[in-house]
Amino acid sequence: MRSIKVLLLSVVATMLTAGPALACGGLVAPNGSVDLVRTTTLAAYVDGVEHYVTSFEFAGAGGGKFGSIVPLPDVPTDVTKAGRWTLQRLVEEVRPPEPSAFRNALLFAEDASAKVIMTKRVSALDIVVLKGGGDEVGKWAKDNGFFLPPDAPEVLDFYAQRSPIFMAVRFNLARAEGKGLQAGDGIPVHVTIPTDRPWVPLRILGLGRGADEIVEADVFLLNETKPLLMPGMDEAGSRDGLVHERSEEASKALLTDLASDRGMDWLPTDDMWLDYIRINTRAADLDHDLAISVDGETPSPVDAGYALAATTVPRAESTPVWAWIVGVAMLVVILMGSNLLVSRL
Amino acid sequence: MRAPARICVVCVLALGGCALTAEAEESVVTVNINHSRFDPGAFEFTAGTTVRFVVRNDDPIDHEFLIGDEADQDRHERGTHASHGVVPGEISVPAGTTRSTTYTFTKPGDLIIGCHLPAHYAYGMRAEVTVGS
Repeated sequence: MRSIKVLLLSVVATMLTAGPALACGGLVAPNGSVDLVRTTTLAAYVDGVEHYVTSFEFAGAGGGKFGSIVPLPDVPTDVTKAGRWTLQRLVEEVRPPEPSAFRNALLFAEDASAKVIMTKRVSALDIVVLKGGGDEVGKWAKDNGFFLPPDAPEVLDFYAQRSPIFMAVRFNLARAEGKGLQAGDGIPVHVTIPTDRPWVPLRILGLGRGADEIVEADVFLLNETKPLLMPGMDEAGSRDGLVHERSEEASKALLTDLASDRGMDWLPTDDMWLDYIRINTRAADLDHDLAISVDGETPSPVDAGYALAATTVPRAESTPVWAWIVGVAMLVVILMGSNLLVSRL
Repeated sequence: MRAPARICVVCVLALGGCALTAEAEESVVTVNINHSRFDPGAFEFTAGTTVRFVVRNDDPIDHEFLIGDEADQDRHERGTHASHGVVPGEISVPAGTTRSTTYTFTKPGDLIIGCHLPAHYAYGMRAEVTVGS
């Protein structure tokens, strides 16, 4: 694993303000009794393989059933149990928590698969990986009891034009109860995705939200070299609702902690570059994703969603060209509703 | 937001024998739904016109096509009808299907075509209808 050429680690931590009917990431099932109010995702790109770790938070029985859909850059080969506290450790790196609040319960993960190319169960989660156009994926979701908000057709098409791979996730109430899940418990999932074009989905965070609703998210990137990003940031470190809070060499302590978590032994423990990007913008303005280049080339406007969105492409920040890259991992954390981590943030 | 296209209705006169009757005046207007938007997004008709709307839903989610004034739209927004189809000008259009409804614009004024499935109207799923004299 240490021979990996490219490694980038990113985290998106999102606090979604209490939209009662619309779940983070996007799909809502109206007739069930489980709320899926928080989605956490890790994606890692290692020697052409991207790893996603996604954590979904259980909100307890009652009040409707939420599901979530996560666009993926390519077809995954596996879905497994993820680390127990990787996401929290990354958030802690930039926003240290109250000492007693750290390491709340996270649950396990198993596998899942679904046009259904993979179906797995991860603890109380039913996970289906789908391949298809926006209409096909939307129809599948509808036929399987998900309720899609009105912006779903456009958003699904937006992603399907770039990559026809989606991961649909929801809690199984019986298994959640059987496992004794409590509101606020999260289940992290690790998705392994061979691909040569890693990107971080951001627009999906606004799915189901009113145009003026604020999307808040934290994106962490870890690379063996400083990456080029699109949208690039201006001199003040911001662009299109993204604020580049940190860009620095990752500490040994952070890398050692992350690498010691379950399933994280692929992560190098030195010579990694940490980026922290905070998102705070209107849902209507979050019409793009985050493209990352680790080979010194300008990031792809298609991967950033600008080409599809017909939006003016902001220039990437001026950054030295790096001759080679050692690994990529992306972590997307979507936090919604009341949970320990969110309240701590 | 795409600019709403204007529909000018051309009435198709159905002749019954040699007689032209008011009931015979009916035009056919096709409306597409894509990405939770009506296309066209605006219509113009003349009072007294009867229109058969053929509504094609290209989305993977269900929609509604409900004609009425502001008060009607407010009523639908608060309503609990799971489906429509009996009242002229009010139909449910399931995902990927085509449905039709016939409606007579009896007097001049402004009307709205809306969808009132959860969050759809607020999302902007409405079209303007101008009925001239």
